[in-house]
Amino acid sequence: MPQQLSIDMEVLYRQHSRRVLASLVRRLRDFDLAEEAMHEAFAIALVKWPQQGLPDHPTAWLVTTGYRRAIDRLRRQARFDHSPDPLEDGLEAELVDADRAIEDDELRLIFTCCHPELAFASRLALTLREVCSLTTEEIARAFLLKPTAVAQRIVRAKARLRDRQVAFEAPEASELAERLEAVLHVIYLMFTEGYSATSGETATRAELSSEAIRLGRRVCELIADAECLGLLALMLLQESRRGARTAGDGQLVLLVDQDRQQWDLPLIREGQRCLSRALEMGEVGAFTLQAAIASEHARAVSAEQTRWDRIASLYDVLVDVSPTPVVKLNRAVAISMHQGAEAGMMLIDELLESGSLDNYHRLHVARAEMHHRLGQRQLAADAWHRALALASQPRERELLQRRIDEISQG
Amino acid sequence: MKYLCLVYGDETLMHSLPESPVDDECHAYGNSVADSGRLVAAEALESVATALTVRVRQGSHTVTEGPFAETHEQLLGFYLVEARDLNEAVTIASGIPAARVGSVEVRPVRELQLSESPESADAVTANS
Repeated sequence: MPQQLSIDMEVLYRQHSRRVLASLVRRLRDFDLAEEAMHEAFAIALVKWPQQGLPDHPTAWLVTTGYRRAIDRLRRQARFDHSPDPLEDGLEAELVDADRAIEDDELRLIFTCCHPELAFASRLALTLREVCSLTTEEIARAFLLKPTAVAQRIVRAKARLRDRQVAFEAPEASELAERLEAVLHVIYLMFTEGYSATSGETATRAELSSEAIRLGRRVCELIADAECLGLLALMLLQESRRGARTAGDGQLVLLVDQDRQQWDLPLIREGQRCLSRALEMGEVGAFTLQAAIASEHARAVSAEQTRWDRIASLYDVLVDVSPTPVVKLNRAVAISMHQGAEAGMMLIDELLESGSLDNYHRLHVARAEMHHRLGQRQLAADAWHRALALASQPRERELLQRRIDEISQG
Repeated sequence: MKYLCLVYGDETLMHSLPESPVDDECHAYGNSVADSGRLVAAEALESVATALTVRVRQGSHTVTEGPFAETHEQLLGFYLVEARDLNEAVTIASGIPAARVGSVEVRPVRELQLSESPESADAVTANS
């Protein structure tokens, strides 16, 4: 039998597919063609790599192979429908020179997916699929939509970009600002999908978070913007807790129960440096404020020594800048830690009365904790069960079930 | 995930429209999906005039000539593909040459919910 390298294509796909796709989209200026080309490239790699070994630059190899296959495909098509030869049409083969260029392709792709031509919901769906490589079905689950609706949204968004002949390039400096807000939002969405996946067996998809941080760093290099630094700081500070966030058996560990020795100090320092730079720039936005809150947690030597007074006042400002129900919920929790569970419970009741978040399991987790602290055992148990009924991520459900078991025993 | 792409069209017009694909093109597209490793099966079908429809009721079976229902457009062929998600299946479907003159319905394949006891699986085999 010939010597065969054992290569785990699934791992390679996870590592390379996002960059390969981004690069092919720019070169071919067409999402669908790029996706098809990427598949052919991986199919060829599946045959060749186990025999010939990994190429020195797997991403570049896949991009070049995919690109050539796409050109072949266009030529085959031209033979049947008499469209012009793709090479004569100016789509010239170019060799992939450097990995750095490919990295930037991913950033270009995010800017393209966040094009002002597209509605906000379409930008998110397109980015989650094309940049974060979630499936249509996963996106549908995350947004509580039918897969057919998400599929249509994605098809239409791609068609719109194609019809408007949108250039798959990073926008000019003048256009950057109008897209930056959406881009930052999408990068953070990518990070959080990697940090607390909405579905799937593992609670985190680490590679998505590190990609988001890498992209955040690149945007900060390109643009001097306080919120951009704030976002990077926020991601770094949250990422610093990743190791402490899950126990050896994969179970989730809450912030108060985490072993702070396991927090990643270099990441915390880098996050705090970014935060200071963001604060020095004057304007303070929602990402910067959230980073400041994360930094307070990072600074506390133990959960007991957390400066809840400072965190509560940061939330007071944040709720002005970004008055979303989730921010209000987090503020309620901070105030319950600072002023007591009763004060927090009043705010939670207000939220519930307004009807928002009634189906959000974390609201019921917060309620359960506060009832528990107030010695209201039955109310606490009811809230835990309500939270469990609403949670969908398997690891979060385990955590909730453990809390319910602990309380029923104690 | 597996998806079935069902190709429908008016079989009397299918091969005579200006946009109608020739068999070579259909074959080439099938090959290209197969090359990308995502084709489970694909076939074009003979005319519905060749169809027989079988039904079993209360143990007795009837066979009638023709398709199960007379429709304006007929099932002309299918692609069974293995795709990452619904949008990838849609992309494959939109490349099917017959989509230019007909319609392609994309349907996710449903996993059968099998009962877990091995005895019942044996029983099915024994009866078949």
